[in-house]
Amino acid sequence: MTHLLDIRKLCIDFQSASGLFRAVDSIDMHCDSGEILAIVGESGSGKSVAMLAMMGLLPWNAKISAERMLFDGHDLLGLNKRERRRIIGKDIGMIFQEPMSSLNPCFTVGFQIGESLRLHLGLKGARKRERSIALLRQVGIPAPETRLSAFPHQLSGGMCQRVMIAMVLASNPKLLIADEPTTALDVTIQAQILELLLSLQREKDMALILITHDMGVVAETAERVQVQYAGQKVEEQNVRSLFSAPRHPYTAALLASLPERARTRGKLPSIVGVVPGQFDRPPACLFAPRCAQAKSVCNENVRQQGAAHGHALCNFPLEYTK
Amino acid sequence: MQLPARVYEVKELVVSNQPIISAVDLKRYYSVSKGLLRKAGVVKALDGVSFELAAGKTLAVVGESGCGKSTLARLVAMIEHASAGELLLDGKSVYSNKSASNKIGGNKIKLNSRETRQAVQVVFQDPYASLNPRHKIGTILEEPLALNSKMSAEQRRSRAESMMQRVGLRPEHYERYPHMFSGGQRQRIAIARAMILNPRVLVLDEPVSALDLSIQAQVLNLLAELQREFGLAYIFISHDLSVVRHIADYVMVMYLGKVVEAASVKVLFSEPRHPYTVALLSATPTTDSRVRKKRLTLKGELPSPLDPPDGCAFNPRCPNASKECRKEQPALKQAEDNSRQLACFHPMATQ
Amino acid sequence: MGLSIRALGITSTRSMRKDSVRKNSLQEKRSVRTRMLAEFWFYFAENRGAVIGLRVFALLVLLAIAAPLVAPLPPSEQYRDAFLTPPVWQEGGSWKFILGTDAVGRDILSRLIYGARFSLFIGLVVVTIAISGGVLLGLLAGYCRGVIDTLIMRIMDVILAFPSLLLALVMVAILGPGLLNAMIAIAIVLQPHFVRLTRASVLNEINRDYVTSARVAGAPPLYLITRTILPNCLSPIIVQGTLSFSTAILDAAALGFLGLGAQPPTPEWGTMLAEAREFILRAWWVVTFPGLAILLTVLAINLVGDGLRDALDPKLKKS
Repeated sequence: MTHLLDIRKLCIDFQSASGLFRAVDSIDMHCDSGEILAIVGESGSGKSVAMLAMMGLLPWNAKISAERMLFDGHDLLGLNKRERRRIIGKDIGMIFQEPMSSLNPCFTVGFQIGESLRLHLGLKGARKRERSIALLRQVGIPAPETRLSAFPHQLSGGMCQRVMIAMVLASNPKLLIADEPTTALDVTIQAQILELLLSLQREKDMALILITHDMGVVAETAERVQVQYAGQKVEEQNVRSLFSAPRHPYTAALLASLPERARTRGKLPSIVGVVPGQFDRPPACLFAPRCAQAKSVCNENVRQQGAAHGHALCNFPLEYTK
Repeated sequence: MQLPARVYEVKELVVSNQPIISAVDLKRYYSVSKGLLRKAGVVKALDGVSFELAAGKTLAVVGESGCGKSTLARLVAMIEHASAGELLLDGKSVYSNKSASNKIGGNKIKLNSRETRQAVQVVFQDPYASLNPRHKIGTILEEPLALNSKMSAEQRRSRAESMMQRVGLRPEHYERYPHMFSGGQRQRIAIARAMILNPRVLVLDEPVSALDLSIQAQVLNLLAELQREFGLAYIFISHDLSVVRHIADYVMVMYLGKVVEAASVKVLFSEPRHPYTVALLSATPTTDSRVRKKRLTLKGELPSPLDPPDGCAFNPRCPNASKECRKEQPALKQAEDNSRQLACFHPMATQ
Repeated sequence: MGLSIRALGITSTRSMRKDSVRKNSLQEKRSVRTRMLAEFWFYFAENRGAVIGLRVFALLVLLAIAAPLVAPLPPSEQYRDAFLTPPVWQEGGSWKFILGTDAVGRDILSRLIYGARFSLFIGLVVVTIAISGGVLLGLLAGYCRGVIDTLIMRIMDVILAFPSLLLALVMVAILGPGLLNAMIAIAIVLQPHFVRLTRASVLNEINRDYVTSARVAGAPPLYLITRTILPNCLSPIIVQGTLSFSTAILDAAALGFLGLGAQPPTPEWGTMLAEAREFILRAWWVVTFPGLAILLTVLAINLVGDGLRDALDPKLKKS
């Protein structure tokens, strides 16, 4: 079976002042049409970098290598810039955390949506305008006719995010990547935007990759979840079992440290230490220095578990009795 | 001094005897010019907020952006002067008698004494912006001491070092610059700086919302320890209700510059009454599939503070809004069962 | 074994532990410095042009310092038997005057080497005056706002409204020609750039949380301006300073060329150009070499300025 998106052993290194820095460390990822995949992880876990690499949006000092990087049958690794642009702009859409800065402040909303319609579908004149209005209506913007001539700074953050979504929808993408789409928004607006994304995903049978650090958002929207830590994929499960039976000690500890899961007031269970940096990278399991279950073996090698244990990258995945 | 009657209504909320810090009908208005020839508008960023807070207790202020919670933090931290109302520390006004500059937009703040300034310190949301990038950690921590005490350099250093140890930093960090630290460590530094003058009140303006999950728990634990150890009163500004539920004793929910509901954390989270509180609670995503309830999704967005709607500010988005709500503004009143303060004509039913 | 060592550690006196902590922190201090320098150099060296510029500039500085040792002949000595000798590689040239001589028989190479002293001196003095005045006014305008701000900025606008060289000319005409007056005039002309830059940085920094934190800690205004805000405004000022360095050299040369800067027989590059004006068609080297010297110096300094901007730009250093 072929997946819509299929990535094997993706590695990304950054050249920095103090040598090479590995941001993404042999990550596997796949996603199918009509599926919602969530990638969770803390900052520095490489969750956005992997997606940006796929879109070809990384700066010059990034070195990308992968065993396989297929999207819809195209090999993204072998593409030159022009071919990549043709596929990526059209079939993959991406929305970002800061809706205000993702829109060009110099142009009206209508112009920006129109541009993406012109580029991808070749629409012009009245038909372009008509379609723009339809798109804005589709993402739930009231009075879309008048909003076309508005500038981004005249809209609120939530409205800007809706416009971004409308722009991405213009080309009918097969895959939508949402990089922290609601982090900058208020809770009540966040709920609106998530609902919109979900209904659009269902309607168009898109694949949706949701990058976030918010466990609550993951639990309420995703179907399959992939947990990343320090550039590695440490666990992958469907959402229900991830939250009821996390297999990797990191996932378990992360969930336990959520204030809403605390049994009592007082001390929250927290993970000691910090994410390893460029210089203190552990030899085998990257989580070993912070892990309560770690044994001496964990400093020598680390084993990838099977599907029964959530693909956990751990020698001693957590067991649960039924 | 004559106090407005409202302050006594607040009192029932406070269990502990003596409030350290209290606010009486605090207001902060900003004048905004709308253009060259038009009359300047007034934004009521904060419109009459009162509270009392005792040592060792935490008052959380929640609401969406633009609700005035950060303005409240800036007033309590004495960064800005109130346009009207009083801020009391141990029952005494913090403002000097001479400062009659309570006018709109006036930013000059005159306090009655140096001790007042030291008693209330603040921790900001973004630890990347709140530490001077050109100063070493040692300098950052010693700055408040150098400015406010007659300690020798040696004494300052040992105080800074002991405070660093208390918040979980290593001694060799003394010589480092902020950009060499992670977000969590920076927030520890910011907390250490706020603690170094032995304050009695800490204003925490979203102290953990810029931090990663695993770090967030560490910092919340540190804050809880410090509170217990030093009997600090916390004013905790946040938009994250799960954090608030964990750390706060009392909660004030704000909407467009006004308090709409205030109660103890237990009451507010178990039986919210104001429609906005209910919507906020139900909009907060949770990982627990058992408690996931039917969501009350709000329509529309926060109205512009420059042009607030008539009557109750929440009425355009409220599911219970009636004609009355569009005409008249509900006052914040003590509920009949004394459990809370509520500003709503048609509160949600208790389950 | 590990246990006994740990036990020993506990028995050591408090002061000993303190000493070791101090020693550690001394080492830490050094390593922090070297690390920051290394990082700075990494970003600077990323820009190849900047490194070349820095090399050329360093060479110039060395030449200027060691002028009496390096220069083959005294700069003002006139060799009456060798007027307008061409450079060595041309017919009629001699190894005695490698780059030839001017109309009164002075060695051009030696005059250029000595001229580097003047040019660098001019750049340094002008930039120092312009920065100190400009930063002071800029801080004042940015921090106080209101009437003071308006007053300072409008005066700066007036200065900027004149073509800079024209204004410098007028000022030199009033003060009288001479190198010192030329430098003062150029400094005044360059100053508004620093005022604007400083004011903009202050306005940018003053509402940042760390400034507010310092205010909450009780910092008085003077402390806020000098200790908290100023160090964070320095990067763009340093870059602008480097670029102004080259502008100052150019302007001084222009004033010298117009006869209002350094007076003959000073071997200042602009003055040398002015003296050689009438020989442009007959003896190309008299004009070309001083011109080249100015070009190279200005180019080198501008390249260094570019590199500094890269290395100091906070956007690049996210860390």
